[in-house]
Amino acid sequence: MPDTISLKIKRQDSPDKAPYWETFEIPYQPNLNVISALMEVRINPVTRDGKKTTAPVWDAACLEEVCGSCSMLINGKPRQACTALVDQLEQPIVIEPFSKFPVVRDLMVDRSRMFEALRRVKAWNPLDGTYALGRGALVSSETQQELYHFARCMTCGCCLEACPQVNEHSPFMGAAVLGQAYMFNLQPAGSSMAHERLDALMGPGGHGDCGNAQNCVRVCPKEIPLTDAIAAIGRQLTWYSVKKFFLDRGGKKKEASGPGG
Amino acid sequence: MPKRVIVVGGGLAGLSATIRAAERGMIVDLFSVVPVKRSHSVCAQGGINSAKNLKGEGDDPSIHATDTLFGGEYLADQPPVKGMCYAGPSIIDLLDRMGVPFNRTPEGHLDFRRFGGTLHHRTAFAGATTGQQLLYALDEQVRRFEVQGMVEKYESWEFLSLVIDGNGQTRGITAMNLWQREVRVFKANAVIICSGGPGLVFGRSTNSIINTGAACSRAYQQGVWYGNGEFIQVHPTSIPGADKLRLISESVRGEGGRVWVPKDAADRRAPVSIPESERDYFLERKYPKYGNLVPRDVATREIFHICTVEKRGIDGGNSVYLDITPSQSKKSPEVLEEKLGGVLEIYRKFVGDDPVQTPMKIFPGMHYSMGGLWVGYGDRGDMIAQMTNVPGTFAAGEAEFQYHGANRLGANSLLSCIYGGMEAGERAAKWVGSHSDEAPEAVYSTEKKRQDEINDNILKMSGTENPYALHRELGDWMTSRCTVVRDNAGLDELLNKLDEFEERWKNIDVNDRSVSANQAFGFTRALLDMIILAKAMAKGARMRDESRGAHYKPAFDLAKPAAEKLGNAHDHDGYRAYAAEIAAKWNTTFNLPAKSDKPITPEFGAYMDRWIEIQKQWNRTTIAKYLPGQQQPEISYRDVAMTVEPPQPRIYK
Repeated sequence: MPDTISLKIKRQDSPDKAPYWETFEIPYQPNLNVISALMEVRINPVTRDGKKTTAPVWDAACLEEVCGSCSMLINGKPRQACTALVDQLEQPIVIEPFSKFPVVRDLMVDRSRMFEALRRVKAWNPLDGTYALGRGALVSSETQQELYHFARCMTCGCCLEACPQVNEHSPFMGAAVLGQAYMFNLQPAGSSMAHERLDALMGPGGHGDCGNAQNCVRVCPKEIPLTDAIAAIGRQLTWYSVKKFFLDRGGKKKEASGPGG
Repeated sequence: MPKRVIVVGGGLAGLSATIRAAERGMIVDLFSVVPVKRSHSVCAQGGINSAKNLKGEGDDPSIHATDTLFGGEYLADQPPVKGMCYAGPSIIDLLDRMGVPFNRTPEGHLDFRRFGGTLHHRTAFAGATTGQQLLYALDEQVRRFEVQGMVEKYESWEFLSLVIDGNGQTRGITAMNLWQREVRVFKANAVIICSGGPGLVFGRSTNSIINTGAACSRAYQQGVWYGNGEFIQVHPTSIPGADKLRLISESVRGEGGRVWVPKDAADRRAPVSIPESERDYFLERKYPKYGNLVPRDVATREIFHICTVEKRGIDGGNSVYLDITPSQSKKSPEVLEEKLGGVLEIYRKFVGDDPVQTPMKIFPGMHYSMGGLWVGYGDRGDMIAQMTNVPGTFAAGEAEFQYHGANRLGANSLLSCIYGGMEAGERAAKWVGSHSDEAPEAVYSTEKKRQDEINDNILKMSGTENPYALHRELGDWMTSRCTVVRDNAGLDELLNKLDEFEERWKNIDVNDRSVSANQAFGFTRALLDMIILAKAMAKGARMRDESRGAHYKPAFDLAKPAAEKLGNAHDHDGYRAYAAEIAAKWNTTFNLPAKSDKPITPEFGAYMDRWIEIQKQWNRTTIAKYLPGQQQPEISYRDVAMTVEPPQPRIYK
């Protein structure tokens, strides 16, 4: 058993500075996760070579893999640092910020583009108001379970990081938002806005930019069936395009919702 | 002045307040230290209570209110508790309409499960990630308002202070951009603080590590009263980790999970090979009616006692079994997965064992603060619902003290967050409607200057203490002296230690002067606020010489008579007189049951006499007031509003 844990951390002082590496060693303890190891570094921010430095900066909140904060590249894999257990990792543990998002500092990145994408596809159910209107529609247990898979998406960004189509030259919004669009199109109330979501996904950065590499579904920490959603959205888009074509020709205003997956 | 409301915090309470204020035509500036979707509400697992009575059990909001008041040992003001419980069913309907994927019955209705402190199926749930699902549903609605231009989010911004004018009125806040360390003033005549709980004051807890309690502490240091600070809930079932204590939801017991230790403390066999007859299901043994679903404070003390006093924890250590395996819970692996998947996954990922195959090992962990910023409970001349003592400053959610008394029932927190948030949003909008004048610019520039100076001074700190190491010490002291079992000698030591921490804080080496996302600086600033808030909790605990709910002081505990000696409180004349006294005080009448012919044993009579004395002295809200320049807060007490029912001895069977 090693008596130290070695962490090689990619650092960057601010968005406009160049990145550099620092290696830290902390005393071995069993059952640590990467966050606990980073906490130890923070308590004594001295590199392996004895150089006093600043504490590395990172995002974290729940540490139970439900908030999506602590996304990092750990030994090259996009994942949540809270569930990355030190005893299962090869050392030195190489920790880098996500590469597909602008670095704020060290391991902290700016993922606001994911929230912008949620705004673009209208990722919500319509609601008349918070006043009493009685219960919602009955939902079968089967539909609830299907919705629930996608409702666990924590906007962590692993699927974007792993996707070859997501890069600085591409407007592709990534898999997470396609999963959310699929979920809302399946909702009893949300389905009434399905065509608006499909309109948003037809354009640049939408469904057409997916290259079917299927990396998203492999890295998703919540094992969300993202590729199923992407395929379903694809079918909805085809159906919707055909409908739209005939609707436009006929000049009639009809309800144009997808088949609802 | 435009119709503008500021909300600090984007968890369930903050988002509910935002939605309601926006519905009332307000422009809302919403501040959060993280993207709101990452707020601590995501961690709530088990569910949300409401007496929908969809299981044909005759449940009713009035029973929910009684369970809540009784569970909180009658320390909560009763009008808002009643309001919350009666609003429960319509709040569930609202969440259902928003699309929360609640679990369903075969017919498609909402499913409900059991939780602690009640005998009804009252808890709606979405797997075991109910908080996450509720938070996302509200986040989605806020996004809708954001697109409409009604809400502006300031994410990765931290609240620094209220702006209060010379007349004591709220005029806005100062906040700091955590990515660029820029301090700015934001104007609004109503501010709603929904910043959540103070878990980090206890070092490791079940809380997210963003829950410093700093926002509450800052408001408190500006004159907002802190109520019932000593009431800290320690959850019976968590998994200890080096970075945090991970919650294992009460829903595990709601779905049939059983708590046990081997009868023979020396039994080292694997748990599945220990036959049932050789297991001590100590909660079921001691509480035949509630069993594993006694309230949290009770379960926590029992587990703590088994491990630390009786030394009967697993392998002699600090843990007991929580057993949800199919033979114990009478549920198939598939059903367990559907109803508890999220929590089973946490155990699998962090411990490595599968709870469906083998019992979990758990131990109590600090979880929730019943105490918080004091807020009013009725729209009367002298107070406004959800408004603090500083006019124009409101609070909701775990940040305030109102709904849970001395102990919170499981699955009531999500309800109180949403109900309190909506109430606060409503009242804040109304307040802005009648307080639309503008404060002089100097009010804002003075506060901004004060904040810049505080920051500049912290950035210069170059002593020898590491802020994170000092925080660890704070947590260890608060956990050992101010959680499950308390005594005055230990609390005196703690109060001295907190003074010492405050001194040592001045000797911190911030070590990082950079502008960009300087966490060491931000944490150092919050650490002083944590130490100051810790004093309000510890002083409240030191002063309260009784046991009530989560506050347990054995030296002042009133021993309960043996079960066979117990009687009905309403058969006791002194109790009837006490109830009549309360009714007269609150200008109401209580319908006590008629006296039965069950005799009052001498033991029960003596217990009741003493119990009534204790209620008269201690059934009061603790108010901590920060005194600038003084090391310790001033503690005073306010009467609890008892308009629904008289307190009764809190004995679970």
